[in-house]
Amino acid sequence: MNALALILRREIRLSMRQAGDSAIIVLFFVLAAILFPFGVGPEPNMLARMAPGVVWVTALLAAMLSFERLFAPDYEDGSLEQLALGPAPLETVALAKAAAHWLTTGFPLMIAAPLIALLYRLPDAGYNTLLITMALGTPTISLIGTVGAALTLGARRGGVLLSLLVIPLIIPILIFGTAAIDAAIGGYPFRQHLLLLGGFFLGALVLTPIATAAALRQALE
Amino acid sequence: MKFFGENISCVRGERLVFRGLNFAVEPGGALVLTGNNGSGKTSLLRVMAGLNRATVGKIAWSDGPISDDPEKHHGRLHFIGHLDAQKPVLSVGENLEMWARLHGGTDEKIAMAIKKLKLDGFEDLPGRYLSAGQRRRLSLARLVASEAPLWILDEPTIALDEGSVAAVRALISEHRDAGGMAVIATNVELGLSDTTKLDMRDYAAGQDDIWEGVS
Repeated sequence: MNALALILRREIRLSMRQAGDSAIIVLFFVLAAILFPFGVGPEPNMLARMAPGVVWVTALLAAMLSFERLFAPDYEDGSLEQLALGPAPLETVALAKAAAHWLTTGFPLMIAAPLIALLYRLPDAGYNTLLITMALGTPTISLIGTVGAALTLGARRGGVLLSLLVIPLIIPILIFGTAAIDAAIGGYPFRQHLLLLGGFFLGALVLTPIATAAALRQALE
Repeated sequence: MKFFGENISCVRGERLVFRGLNFAVEPGGALVLTGNNGSGKTSLLRVMAGLNRATVGKIAWSDGPISDDPEKHHGRLHFIGHLDAQKPVLSVGENLEMWARLHGGTDEKIAMAIKKLKLDGFEDLPGRYLSAGQRRRLSLARLVASEAPLWILDEPTIALDEGSVAAVRALISEHRDAGGMAVIATNVELGLSDTTKLDMRDYAAGQDDIWEGVS
């Protein structure tokens, strides 16, 4: 069995045993989204107007919560050392970690997103696009987040630093993710937004494992 | 195939830990590192494993320096350090299987490792219920569960009872008889025969001549 599949299987097994960790992320997503109507008032038109933005912003914030513990446990118990000493290059390890993060965090967020949109009465025309933007955007967030997690490994107050590093990099995903949904609701073409999101994903897929591996090597020194 | 290092110096946190160190391990050989706490045993082992880089010097196999092809080097070694790389929520069997399979271990090898390290009966026990000695044995089981010619062991007998120490001794002897090599850092007498000793104190660097070893 190759290293990618092995690491993936281990990560998924670990997250099943610690199902609470993933559940908390999704719970945060739902709770944060539910708070907005209390703050801005329950006017239905306004909520529908806000829906794409609220879903995307809260999903990003929820994902940020999960990155701090992405490499930290493996770093502390020596697993990262053993992964680095495995016959697979660290780039493969980085990619496997990002893939596992998406499966255990990004995918649940993607599933929860339409439910929140439903609470906000997102117009019917927006749901498909919402799911497509989530499907394209959340893997990119997982990939960029792994770089941030690797860079802040071993740093004190790593969580705050991590947010500072990662949030600016994922703003484009927020912009084009919400723009695509708004366009779909308004009946405008939205294909170009999705193409850009796809482009971000492919770019991140190629570049981030290299950056993550370099950061991990530094952390292990 | 020989594993050797020439004129290695290592700086950790702006402190020159050791300098001008040479070593060589032949197939069937064992290199035992001794020295006080902080004398650089662990640093040297990590440099040998390729986890840290030597500040100067060369570490190589007969067919080339380890930096030429780190993955090939990693495929040839087992490193058992102070950290045990075990997850409390995974069972003994699952913990071992992960690392064994990564290095190409088979089912039979894993079963043999469990038996040799006297972990049979604990396969399904979650890692968090293991004692310190059992955790250590589970780490050492990685040595048997997949094959590698070079074993790099950092204080392998810590927390082990007498019977387990004897088992570890037997493992190392068996490995060497089969042409394997071992580098072991230890402060207790392991009772291995025919070893090469390397006393880290011989390579300790005073602060005055910090640049000599690096030039």
